[in-house]
Amino acid sequence: MSRLPRIGTALGLLTASASAIAGPPLGGIMEKQPTNWHAIIMFCLFVGLTMGITYWAASRTKSTSDFYTAGSDITGFQNGLAIAGDYMSAATLLGLSAMVYGQGYDGYIYMLAFFAGWPIILFLMAERLRNLGRFTFSDITAYRLDQGKVRTMAAISSLTVVCFYLLAQMVGAGQLIKLLFGLEYRVAIFIVGILMMFYVIFGGMMATTWVQIIKACMLLFGGTLVMLLAMSQFGFSYHVLVERATAVHKLGPKLMYPGSLLADPVTAISLGLGLMFGTAGLPHILMRFFTVSNAKEARRSVLYASGFVSYFFNVIFLIGLCGIIIVGQDPTFFEGGKVGGKLIGGGNMVAMHLAKAVGGNMLLGFLAAVAFATILAVVSGLALAGASAISHDLYARVIMKGKASEITEIRVSKIATICLGIVAIVLGILFEKQNIAFMVGLAFGVAAAANFPVLILSMYWRGLTTRGALWGGYGGLFSAVIFVVLSKSVWVDVVGRKAALFPYTQPALFAMPIAFLLAYLFSKLDGSARAKAEIEAFEDQYVRAQTGFGASTSTKH
Amino acid sequence: MSSEMYERMRTDPKFQRLVARRGRFAWTLAFIVLGMFYGFVLVVAFKPALLGRPLVAGGMLTIGVAVELFMFIFFWVLTAVYVRRANGEFDEMTQEIVKAAQKENK
Repeated sequence: MSRLPRIGTALGLLTASASAIAGPPLGGIMEKQPTNWHAIIMFCLFVGLTMGITYWAASRTKSTSDFYTAGSDITGFQNGLAIAGDYMSAATLLGLSAMVYGQGYDGYIYMLAFFAGWPIILFLMAERLRNLGRFTFSDITAYRLDQGKVRTMAAISSLTVVCFYLLAQMVGAGQLIKLLFGLEYRVAIFIVGILMMFYVIFGGMMATTWVQIIKACMLLFGGTLVMLLAMSQFGFSYHVLVERATAVHKLGPKLMYPGSLLADPVTAISLGLGLMFGTAGLPHILMRFFTVSNAKEARRSVLYASGFVSYFFNVIFLIGLCGIIIVGQDPTFFEGGKVGGKLIGGGNMVAMHLAKAVGGNMLLGFLAAVAFATILAVVSGLALAGASAISHDLYARVIMKGKASEITEIRVSKIATICLGIVAIVLGILFEKQNIAFMVGLAFGVAAAANFPVLILSMYWRGLTTRGALWGGYGGLFSAVIFVVLSKSVWVDVVGRKAALFPYTQPALFAMPIAFLLAYLFSKLDGSARAKAEIEAFEDQYVRAQTGFGASTSTKH
Repeated sequence: MSSEMYERMRTDPKFQRLVARRGRFAWTLAFIVLGMFYGFVLVVAFKPALLGRPLVAGGMLTIGVAVELFMFIFFWVLTAVYVRRANGEFDEMTQEIVKAAQKENK
């Protein structure tokens, strides 16, 4: 397995299929680069600024509501930036621009698949999420069902998603930082892990959100600057750009045709489902809906978030196309100076090389610092989501049955953050040489198959009972995990068997119906008195979901 | 008390109207997005050559890029349309319903 697909998929959004589309294996091991002082200085400025914010946030983080949801005091605009930040990981900038560089139009199709989930989340979920939930999305699934059992199930699947996603980010971060900053892999892992713990423990959601907002602004600014500087070389003409790109690219005019990415309809639809509904089941994204004061602001958040994401994807498309000409024709960016050979640092470095080509070491340093900041912000959000599943769901609701004091609950969540941080560092170091490409695919698969079906049924279907929710949730969790384990990305690439037992890399199309079917069947077969009471309780929940009456509001209002 | 409030709101004809209207609106928009997106995915899967053709003869802008750019903008416009109506008309209705229920409660 070459490093290129590994990093591309490791960093976040690119799911397992990226390995299939990231082009021919480039081979070789990424070398540690000379220490990049521009990047380090700019990154230190970012850390300094966020430390200051954490210090400020710490003085305002007293109650559980402050810790989990920043007191629901974040505005729709701020939250929109933070959601966009959560969604645009380093993989978005590096992996997707590299995909356009290599495959042209395919990369653009991929970006639309990432984007199309957002309007659906807004139309069908955003206001119900805000009206019913308080700290975690299990507040909604367990609203009228058995608190202990349903929360345990939701916490297990949340933690599964968080752990795989976190591990993928950590390993990707270590590799990327080694490359961009010239730091040792282990040093990089420790820096990421410790800063993450620091932000979450002291600043809770307030610090995590601001880290995310600052990073989103840096990313939008840096990406736009690179795009503008690069486009100026083509007189800002899309016509000239594409004419020259198709002239020099090895695909020729086929550059602007759909290629291998979505050739197989089953994979295409499964990928689309997984990306769309996986997003709607990621605990750290769902949690963002509780940081605003009401449904109005929740809707606004999605409007801003999807605006930024959609804008940035188009910027990345242009960056990738510019890279084909500016980076792809410049021998200084290729190993041994051989144009068309192996890019220095691997295939994902297109955006970085382009920054250097159009803006010199200063811009390269800035963009490298942005990439580092991006990883930090995303892992912090993940750690907070994982910690709240442990402290709010498992400890406060399941173990203490709602009788825990706020002080002990916060203490538990801080201990949980430290544990998650240590686990992330240790596993990050252990998995340095492992192929972890499947983990992000697994995280999205579990989110789409275990979290999403139960969540959407609990909001829309009165007939859902505890038994149905448990079967649906666990059924989705296990089938997603089993499908991924038996697919090529684990069975062949990790276990080392010859042929995959499950022919597709994307589990969503198969695991989601299993979850829905199990939830439906076992709810229907549940004739207990408790099931009857749960179905009746839907009526009140429905009114609250629609009106927001009785929902927790901002502490200030 | 809370359950009584919910009961009162549920039987309010205004509530029924709000739910029906907002539901219809949200699902219509959702079906437009899903229909366009999965329709596009099917074209990619079965008729890829179509998307590579230039929009105007001799131009560099292909049908595929133009359609996608349109979807990026159009989907976002739909979210703006939804947010505008939900934050205006629907939220006003909601507030009236809650107020009416609270008044009756006293």
